[in-house]
Amino acid sequence: MVQYSSPGLDASFAALSDATRRGVLQQLGRQEASITTLAGLFDMTLTGMSKHVGVLEMAGLVVTEKVGRVRTCRLGVRRLEQEAQWIEAYRQMWETRFDALDGVVEDLKRKEKTDGAR
Amino acid sequence: MERDETGGKHRTVAERRSDRELVVRRTFDAPPRLVFKAWTTPELLQRWWAPRSSGARLVDCQLDVRAGGAYRFVFGLQDGRSMAFFGKYLEVVPDARIVWTNEESDEGAVSTLTLEEQDGRTLLVLSELYPTKEAADRSIEGMEEGMPEQFEQLDELLPSLG
Repeated sequence: MVQYSSPGLDASFAALSDATRRGVLQQLGRQEASITTLAGLFDMTLTGMSKHVGVLEMAGLVVTEKVGRVRTCRLGVRRLEQEAQWIEAYRQMWETRFDALDGVVEDLKRKEKTDGAR
Repeated sequence: MERDETGGKHRTVAERRSDRELVVRRTFDAPPRLVFKAWTTPELLQRWWAPRSSGARLVDCQLDVRAGGAYRFVFGLQDGRSMAFFGKYLEVVPDARIVWTNEESDEGAVSTLTLEEQDGRTLLVLSELYPTKEAADRSIEGMEEGMPEQFEQLDELLPSLG
């Protein structure tokens, strides 16, 4: 049963601990699909696939949308948002260094000018 | 959080170019040879790699900047711990390109620095290529824990160092 209510990465990792769910993510990475299609691809019952998709949905890895009688699944945004935050932290680390490097390079430029004037 | 040009600073741009590769770019108002010098001279490197305001100080710094040469920095942190970075240079083209390994961990990246002259300025591109996607993921995740507030404070202090 679905039992992953903790937010964040823990839920993501728990959701990813299952081979079928990882396969579903790979499949959705290629293109969105209905639960019926996924159930067919993974040779499962609709109920079984719905449970897997439910776990992925709670982890924020998949979003679903029901149109008429068809529930369509695609990759969720959480993973991408987190990655964007990570990249921003990385960028800030280098920005900090490079701003300091600017100061060092300016000193070198000044020194060269002074030395050249002698 | 884009920094604008009001401070006269150039923007630092970072992107994940592929599963395994992180890339940072930045322009400097100086020719490549000065940026190269600041990158390869221990006393200069110390001033920007871990700025004074970070509380870290360089307790050991050895750079043998040539292909096959080794480097090792040891930083002493405020809480008494120290942090070592080491590896070796794979390729060195003066004023233009340095490639080195990062051997602190089994899954360290290979870093490539290129300095390209553009109208008297330098376009710096630093690429870090990890052995696997997972290693790149872990490296970025670790960063998120270590950086945020600390570095925001640092950001505010830095202009006074320039």
